[in-house]
Amino acid sequence: MSATPDPVPLLEIRGLGKSFGSIRVLHEVDLLLRAGEIHALLGENGAGKSTLIKCVTGVHGRDAGTVRLGGRDIAPRTTEEALAAGLATVYQEVNLLPNLSVAQNLYLGRQPTRFGIVQGAAMRRRGAELLRGFGLDIDLSRPLGSYSVAVQHVCAIARAVDAQARVLILDEPTASLDSHEVEVLLGVMRQLAGRGLAILFVTHFLDQVYAVCDRITVLRNGRLVGERACAALPRMELVRMMLGRDLEETVSGRAVAEGATRERIGRFRGLGRRGAVAPFDLDLHRGEVVGLAGLLGSGRTETVRLVFGADKPDAGRAEIDDRPVRLHSPRDGLRHRLGYCPEERKTEGIVAELTVRENIVLALQARRGLLRPIPRREQDEIARRFIRLLDIRPADPERPIGLLSGGNQQKALLARWLATEPRILILDEPTRGIDVGAHAEIIRLIRELCADGLALLVVSSELDEIVTYADRVVVLRDRVQVASLEGEAISVSSILHAIAEGDGAASADAGAAA
Amino acid sequence: MSAAVDAPPRRAAWRVPRKALPQLAALLAILLLDRAVSPQFFHVGLSGGRLFGSLIDVLNHGAPVAMLSLGMVLVIATGGIDLSVGAVMAISGALAASLADSHPLPVTLGAALAVGLVCGVWNGLLVAWLRIQPIVATLILMVAGRGVAQLITEGRIRTFSSHGLAWFGGGSVLGVPAAVVVTAAATVLTLALVRGTALGLMVEATGGNARASRLAGIDTRAMTVAVYAWSGLCAAVAGILAAADILGADANNAGLYLELDAILAVVIGGTSLLGGRFSIGLAVVGALIIQAMNTGILLSGLPAEFNLVVKALVVLAVLLAQSPRLKALGLRRPGARATGATP
Repeated sequence: MSATPDPVPLLEIRGLGKSFGSIRVLHEVDLLLRAGEIHALLGENGAGKSTLIKCVTGVHGRDAGTVRLGGRDIAPRTTEEALAAGLATVYQEVNLLPNLSVAQNLYLGRQPTRFGIVQGAAMRRRGAELLRGFGLDIDLSRPLGSYSVAVQHVCAIARAVDAQARVLILDEPTASLDSHEVEVLLGVMRQLAGRGLAILFVTHFLDQVYAVCDRITVLRNGRLVGERACAALPRMELVRMMLGRDLEETVSGRAVAEGATRERIGRFRGLGRRGAVAPFDLDLHRGEVVGLAGLLGSGRTETVRLVFGADKPDAGRAEIDDRPVRLHSPRDGLRHRLGYCPEERKTEGIVAELTVRENIVLALQARRGLLRPIPRREQDEIARRFIRLLDIRPADPERPIGLLSGGNQQKALLARWLATEPRILILDEPTRGIDVGAHAEIIRLIRELCADGLALLVVSSELDEIVTYADRVVVLRDRVQVASLEGEAISVSSILHAIAEGDGAASADAGAAA
Repeated sequence: MSAAVDAPPRRAAWRVPRKALPQLAALLAILLLDRAVSPQFFHVGLSGGRLFGSLIDVLNHGAPVAMLSLGMVLVIATGGIDLSVGAVMAISGALAASLADSHPLPVTLGAALAVGLVCGVWNGLLVAWLRIQPIVATLILMVAGRGVAQLITEGRIRTFSSHGLAWFGGGSVLGVPAAVVVTAAATVLTLALVRGTALGLMVEATGGNARASRLAGIDTRAMTVAVYAWSGLCAAVAGILAAADILGADANNAGLYLELDAILAVVIGGTSLLGGRFSIGLAVVGALIIQAMNTGILLSGLPAEFNLVVKALVVLAVLLAQSPRLKALGLRRPGARATGATP
């Protein structure tokens, strides 16, 4: 690891609170960052990591609490003020201009000038020196966009650090990098920490946390769960802090799956996509619920998108009913009777402006094709049937779906796929962002659908939920399938175990131990 | 609740939809204004087996823009725009005029339509496959298209004397000018194509949320190519009408700036430039509103330059009427249901 942390904190956040409207998103969060340390900020979706960063760097105002940098209170109102104070932030999406040269990007807004004329040569020379310090020897006159994302990240970091930053905040910088690029970036982070910078590292990849970090702060639902020294925190404990589960909690209420004689519908071998998810195998059977667990960013959504055909795999093969099929587009998925309710309901699911009826018949119509429109009478019938079946409220098929609550939108999307009579239905976080009542209903529906002979593949962060309905749980970590738990081996603790340190063998042990 | 589900709302077969009221009211208002400046405005007579009068003029001269708006409304509904229709008019008109005297009519028409279709497909491919922004993609043909048209006419106004082609300008069916008949038929055909198949739903879904539509299994690319192709075809028909009207093709001026009128007609018809819900019928009404203004200004004796200023004011009024912010200021409604005032 890096140099011994200075006992005096460089950045001290105390009692930070923030509300958006009536919703409290941060409750009295503390965070201490010491010079020369790499500090991981961890938490699941909605934990408040991004909000915390934005409150500190002046993107949002804060409602309560103090931020001290080097012993002085600071309250930046813009990111520029934060940068001037010594707080630099690099986001997952590089905020530089790909069409300008590397040198121009490094010195954008602070170009060295003489008599008002930009000194291009001086800029390139100083820039080259700066980047060499990061182990990058590249042509600075080429456009930034011609280099890999990792190089762009290093440039963004170099730019930030060169501007006299004392604290560097990295918001998921590694999310879109491959493993070699990640190594480069982690090396740069270590080097910067060695120079005495304090680095706040937001990521979902636990391996990277353990590779470079000195300390870890965990948030959950906008509250501080705790700060620990990395070396003293076992992975299992960390995952538990993040997900907030007690190991003694739920043990599977499910009997062992009724025999292995179930009819197999889908068989996927070595399916994978570079930069999204490592090749994996998956079997789906009639009447079976397969749960897909893992932390955010572990490749769950990427996995199901490959299975459905939303993304094109670059490796592996798919079979439906033991016949090889090509699943390279949603149309392929639809043709082979797969259905997919995406996690991003608003951007990828509903067409807000269209009515509930139109949203429900959309996929069925797409499968029937342009020239066989579903007669209006039949559309009305389908819409009314599913509105009644799934209890969609308000029960008005002609209301624009954008006006419905999240839970009812989710049910309408479910209806869209059920109307196509799918054989494999994929649900990505089906209970996210919907109220408790609808939550329970969706779970009841999942069970009923499965009893009707559907094969269900469900992604969920709610482990107790997965445990209650899944016959089999596949666990992903860092975009790799690390475990497959079945029958009695399924419990919240065994899943947690697999997420934390699972590989095939470890998960078997976990199953036995549970 | 369940009662509402079980009894589908009874829909009257012929009732003016509520959302059409502003446009129809605007058309009526402008026609009455026209009547005020020209007392003869509503007079329709019959001369030589052909209807004549200001109202007929509005329909006849409005035909090309109405034709263009039939394609434009679909393009805009997918969230795109087609700036090239004016240039495509010039190309198809030029081709029709140069072929008319040497080839039989079906060949002439077929070639003119085909070239429009090719132009439309080209636009569609640029937008759907190369992911070029529609405004840029169609700008290419808007600029290059006039050049192509000039190449066809060899840089001069190409006149023709074929009676077959000339019929589209001077002919009539039961007294109704041919251009009006053709446009009306195209409107019916477009409606049948779009609302008689699932195309309408899919275009609206694609324009409303392309990502969600693709994931629902809609071939959004094919959809995009299809609407641009249709727009090209409609532009070709408009080009034929324009050439037949003056018995010649003017590569420089045929359809000049008409793409803007077509876009305006669609917007007046209540279709959002962001895509989604659209109305073919109201786009045609929009085209008629524009022409009624043009004709009225001509009749009033005001200089034609006023046309542009008045048009600009109408655009402003329409856009303001559609502005969500203005609506929020003026008509904050407690319930979800609209009460009283038209939006």
